[in-house]
Amino acid sequence: MNIVVLIKQVPDTWSERKLSDGDKTLDRASSDAVLDEINERAVEEALKIKEAGDAEVTILTAGPDRATDAIRKALSMGADKAVHVNDEAIHGSDAIATAKVLAKAIGTVGDVDLVLAGNEATDGRSGAMAGMLGELLGWPSLTHANELTVENGTAKAKRETDEGTSDLEASLPAVVSVGEKINEPRYPSFKGIMAAKKKPVTTLGIADLGLDASEVGLAGSLVQVDSFAPRPPKSGGQKVEDEGDGGAKIAEYLVGQKLI
Amino acid sequence: MMVGVTSRILDRADLDFLLHDWLRVGDLLDRAPFAEHDRETIDAVLDLAEQIATERFEPHNRAADLAEPHQGPDGKVVLVDGVQEAIRAFAEAGFIAASVPAEHGGTGLPFTVARAALAWFQAANIGTASYPFLTTAAVNLLLAHGTPEQIEAWVPGMLDGTTSGTMCLSEPQAGSSLADITTRAEPQDDGSYRVVGTKMWISGGEHELTDNIVHLVLAKIPGGPAGVKGISLIAVPRMLDDGTRNDVVLAGINHKMGYRGTVNTLLNFGERDGAVGWLVGAEHGGLAAMFHMMNEARVGVGMGATALGVTGYLHSLEYATTRTQGRAVGGRDVSTPMIPIARHADVRRMLLAQKSYAEAGMALGLYCSRLVDEKDTHPDDGSRAEAALLLDVLTPIAKSWPSQWCLAANDLAIQVLGGSGYTRDFPVEQFYRDNRLNPIHEGTHGIQAIDLLGRKAVMRGGAGLELLLTTIRRTIERAGEHPEYAAALEAALVRIEKTTATLHAAGDPDVTLANASVYLEAVGHVVAAWIWLEQLVAVGTRDDAFAAGKRSAARFFYRFELPRTGPWFDLLDSLDTTTLEWDPS
Repeated sequence: MNIVVLIKQVPDTWSERKLSDGDKTLDRASSDAVLDEINERAVEEALKIKEAGDAEVTILTAGPDRATDAIRKALSMGADKAVHVNDEAIHGSDAIATAKVLAKAIGTVGDVDLVLAGNEATDGRSGAMAGMLGELLGWPSLTHANELTVENGTAKAKRETDEGTSDLEASLPAVVSVGEKINEPRYPSFKGIMAAKKKPVTTLGIADLGLDASEVGLAGSLVQVDSFAPRPPKSGGQKVEDEGDGGAKIAEYLVGQKLI
Repeated sequence: MMVGVTSRILDRADLDFLLHDWLRVGDLLDRAPFAEHDRETIDAVLDLAEQIATERFEPHNRAADLAEPHQGPDGKVVLVDGVQEAIRAFAEAGFIAASVPAEHGGTGLPFTVARAALAWFQAANIGTASYPFLTTAAVNLLLAHGTPEQIEAWVPGMLDGTTSGTMCLSEPQAGSSLADITTRAEPQDDGSYRVVGTKMWISGGEHELTDNIVHLVLAKIPGGPAGVKGISLIAVPRMLDDGTRNDVVLAGINHKMGYRGTVNTLLNFGERDGAVGWLVGAEHGGLAAMFHMMNEARVGVGMGATALGVTGYLHSLEYATTRTQGRAVGGRDVSTPMIPIARHADVRRMLLAQKSYAEAGMALGLYCSRLVDEKDTHPDDGSRAEAALLLDVLTPIAKSWPSQWCLAANDLAIQVLGGSGYTRDFPVEQFYRDNRLNPIHEGTHGIQAIDLLGRKAVMRGGAGLELLLTTIRRTIERAGEHPEYAAALEAALVRIEKTTATLHAAGDPDVTLANASVYLEAVGHVVAAWIWLEQLVAVGTRDDAFAAGKRSAARFFYRFELPRTGPWFDLLDSLDTTTLEWDPS
């Protein structure tokens, strides 16, 4: 089986995240960059499938030079090889333009059976990449999977919602996005870290993918950021004087917030 | 996962500075044993250590302190949840095998890098960290002295975390005085031994974390020489090959002030027919075998003390920058907002003192670790010998100085938090209690003092001490930008030379050793001042907040700390006999 796992290097959610004043895209220099946690779960799921049978796991990312760190981490967990789309022209791409790039890049990997991704990146939070890729590739997409089994050319997934659990099924090839509860990702190991250095990483530009600069980046994106403002500072909150009825007032507040 | 974000466990920026800008560990990577590694590997290993320490070790640190190990109704040792998962993650990642050579299944990292990585676990949860650390020590000992059969039987399980190791030295009547141990090992016809005796203070002596525990026991084979020359090393596994339990019984669990996550035991060997064991190394060569890696072990204790010092500093620093109280001097207008306590002068003093102790401890521990790499891998015979000699002299200081001053740092961390620091709602009081063990175990403060003054300062005609002073003077030569500090350090070196000669000319060993601890502390403070000057030279002209912090801490050490040594040297030079002449009755 040939599995491609999409990963994304994102600003650490624990650090301050900013947009740049110029082109209103992510200010990468202002924060630490890490492999998005949800991607580690996608990698873990691919490695479990690999360990249960015979599969090759390819990591795919689009990002600048420093995305190499995220690739190395995924490889040190146990993936076999990687494709890194690294082209300044991609800078500022919206979700659809990014999906075009990734769909083309998936095409360079060979006969892919399964594409695994996180259900939503912690920076863009569009949560749409798996669906868009399914559309562009002409494959079914099973999103928000909290359980996944792949056998006999079929992917079966469970998706939990507020209303209940949905059982999803699709024939391969397919795109699957995974949720937080699907697994507990493994740590890399020393041996994995050493081995990762020798694993092949193919770097591609958009010309290698048959794309023109006008199709990607800010120019090729339908979504543009017109303006942005920092989150307003926290307000002083609401003070409740306890006049013997403090407990009741707190309960009233929580009910008002639909917390109880 | 919070890798990359400022942690309260350790300061990654400081580790990177010490490893790369100062100690230049990259230069080691040209040597054959480390040729597989590069900066990328080192960064990834430190990232991994931080991640596992943060996610698997720190979360149960307080729980393990509150619910200390005890025996359940079935007699088995009960530990809090999370310990086993932490140790498994540690082993699976390869940390037990971090500096084990590749031919034995290890990763062959430079010892300096391994030590820096391991400090994350000591800072996050020293009680849990000690289990795999003991196992690593057992692996190193077996690889150095075990037979191929013993290595094959136990080392793979130790590396994958299914077997653990202990060090059984002390007995109820013999702690620091190992010459007086009475545990005996009777040789059997089949080549094995039967061990009978009681061992005290055995960390990790009994638990359910691993399938097997291999106890490395000091014992006397009957008929051997008296004293330490008659001590042999016997490996006694908890479980025998046939699946039966060996004759090793948990006689009791010690209830400790700190370090409570580590179960500490009293073990009886041979209550029935004698515990089955096998000789490791030569008959009567047990002490040398056990102490084969003593320098490394003692540097490791110093690093543990340092790790707790750093984490206490970082916790109190965060508290002091967020807790508001009072107003600036002269500001009496209560309608103005209160200021963070880090802006009050005395709180700043306590924070800067912690920084100056903790970062010196980290630098000293990593410097000594670099010496371990030099003595083991430098291509030149003379350089290897020189590194070994310098390490020998520095080891008692690298063990004792952080154990004393990073404990003092934890004391200050409590003080910074005030009443909150005295409660169990904040972790600084636990750091202090955990750290209080370090001046005691692996050779007490007093033993280290006797080692430095009685042995290391005079060994080989004083060549070791002379090498230390020469090495410090080389730093002074490179410190032209810091003439005030260089002059103060040179003056302190002259005092070391004079005082050492005076003490050894006393004509009475009792007088010489009566103030050995003061000597250790005085020389230790001078060494710490040297380590600060080394860091300043490495900082160079760097102009950012990190560099400014280093300059402030160095300045603090030279203004507030180094001058303390003057009265200490005065006392030593007077060959004081007050303690000798006191009658404790």
